Amino acid sequence: MKIVACIKRVPTTEAQAKVGADGKSLDHSGWQYMASFYDEIAVEAAIQAKEKHGGDVTILTIGPSDAAKEVREFLARGADTGVILKDADWMSRDPRWTAKSLAAKVQAIGADLVFTGRVATDRDNAAVGQMLATYLGWACVTEVVALELEAGKGRAKRETEYGVESVEFSLPAVVTCNKGLYEPRRASLKGIMAVKTKPIAEEAPVDSGVQAVVVSVEIPPARKAGRIVGEGAAAVPALIAALRNEAKVL
Amino acid sequence: MSTVLVLVEQFHGAARRAGLECLAAARITGLPIVAVVAGDGAEKAAAALGKHGAGKVIALTGAPRWSPDAVARDLAAIAKELDAKAFLAAATATGKDVAPRVAALLDSTLHSDCTGLRNEGGSLVATRPWLAGKAIATLRSSAPVFCATTRPNAFAATETGGNAEVVTRPASADGKSVVTAIAEKVGGKLDVKEASVVVSGGRGLRGPENFHLIEELAAAFGSAATGASRAVVDAGWRPHAEQVGQTGKTVSPQLYVAVGISGAIQHLAGMRTAKVIVAINKDADAPIFKIADYGIVGDAFEIVPALTRAILEARKH
Ligand SMILES: Cc1cc2nc3c(=O)[nH]c(=O)nc-3n(C[C@H](O)[C@H](O)[C@H](O)COP(=O)(O)OP(=O)(O)OC[C@H]3O[C@@H](n4cnc5c(N)ncnc54)[C@H](O)[C@@H]3O)c2cc1C
Ligand SMILES: Nc1ncnc2c1ncn2[C@@H]1O[C@H](COP(=O)(O)O)[C@@H](O)[C@H]1O
Repeated sequence: MKIVACIKRVPTTEAQAKVGADGKSLDHSGWQYMASFYDEIAVEAAIQAKEKHGGDVTILTIGPSDAAKEVREFLARGADTGVILKDADWMSRDPRWTAKSLAAKVQAIGADLVFTGRVATDRDNAAVGQMLATYLGWACVTEVVALELEAGKGRAKRETEYGVESVEFSLPAVVTCNKGLYEPRRASLKGIMAVKTKPIAEEAPVDSGVQAVVVSVEIPPARKAGRIVGEGAAAVPALIAALRNEAKVL
Repeated sequence: MSTVLVLVEQFHGAARRAGLECLAAARITGLPIVAVVAGDGAEKAAAALGKHGAGKVIALTGAPRWSPDAVARDLAAIAKELDAKAFLAAATATGKDVAPRVAALLDSTLHSDCTGLRNEGGSLVATRPWLAGKAIATLRSSAPVFCATTRPNAFAATETGGNAEVVTRPASADGKSVVTAIAEKVGGKLDVKEASVVVSGGRGLRGPENFHLIEELAAAFGSAATGASRAVVDAGWRPHAEQVGQTGKTVSPQLYVAVGISGAIQHLAGMRTAKVIVAINKDADAPIFKIADYGIVGDAFEIVPALTRAILEARKH
């Protein structure tokens, strides 16, 4: 099987938001980066699929050359090839743009199975996997917490507000991975050494034109400092009174 | 005439609140609203949507099984037939599953999880969080169709007293993926994203055996969901569907109660937009108190049972 795991370089969860000089972007200065949390699970799913069913795994990312750091980490964990579709504006692309660029490359690779994260933790779109599958004309199962693959098809479980859905799907497919599917492995020292000098291809992404137009970006006002109503169980009546009379939520 | 097309989620013949909220968002566009309901019970759910502003309701019927790509195909076809100017769905598990596919079929981008919507001189403008709410972006779209999902609890579902024309339309047959079974939650337990009150527990509860305290407090509020910090989800004390935070769910309830949760930046990112935040923590310096409207310092094992009793008492009056 030809397997692709899509990963996105995102700011770490500690990153502070500051509005850029144009008022329409975020100031990236001082940010540290990581692969989006759920993409770690996507990579693990890709490697496990290879281990069970054979084939090879390509790590695919649209982003800057610096994303080689994250790509290399996943090569060390057991992926075979890394490709960066080089794009300095990767974070401000809309999900349609990203999905179309990924679709063109997935097609060129000739993949039959693609794993993505359920959501990338920068723009929180939770859309690229579904759009990618739609542009490819493939099946897509989202927010997957359990997965079984067999020839030409798969079964998955996904969590919804009303319970756990069992889904059957045909291959080729895009699977968006949720927490609980697999625990990402760590790279072994041997793996790290083996990929140290491995080349990571850089190519230009297809540019389909961004449709999302940012009007402005703001930092929401900090919440007004509240107050401690008291200590221990003795403070419960004061809390009830505050919830009822001030906050009016009771 | 241009319209706004809305996927209204329903379950067992009843529209879900997030779907009605999405209709409220659709009314902001000022465009005539065409609602689509799909799945088992669609026709039954259709009748009530006129009250929420839908001028017309299309019930997709006859599909043997739920298939997100088949539903998306039908929605995109309807959008094209109507020459819809906008397409909206709620950012629920189902809405997030289907809406991006509809957007792609219309070759339009999607604004996900919007918390605000405006019509500015005929052009639609959405606001939505970035970086789990650390920033708020205001966006337009140059797409052929303005596609967006609305965050549950961000728009108020209100009745307008209208009447909708209801039509049925045969749903497309099975798509490339189909739902074969649903293990429904017992006792209709609410999801953290949908509930108007969320009671969350953290490592301060010391072990999974003590989370009955959180469940009892949630039950005392009536319709509350139970949530958790990542620390207790990673420890296996609670299911990951309950995790609130940057790598869990982002919630905007009327009331969020954090018990034994320190208030790490990643947790705050998931609940800072709650209308009212209450924190119970034995450490007066815990960061959660910097964001809480009301705090009680002390032992959760003593405070929570007392609070549960007091809430039950208060709700009697
Ligand atoms: C990439 C990344 C993503 C993350 N994503 C998330 C996320 O989505 N959600 C999330 O929650 N976290 C997330 N985290 C983890 C986060 O940084 C914290 O580690 C976590 O939120 C801590 O959980 P906690 O508050 O339950 O535990 P702790 O930080 O250990 O806090 C326990 C609290 O309980 C109090 N306590 C102890 N005993 C009692 C008692 N008897 N009565 C009352 N209070 C008591 C203590 O004073 C303390 O404040 C993420 C971290 C990283 C690095
Ligand atoms: N720039 C990108 N490069 C590669 N994969 C991406 C990119 N953006 C999004 N993805 C994939 O799509 C998933 C969902 O992203 P999003 O829809 O932006 O929340 C991510 O978890 C990645 O797997």
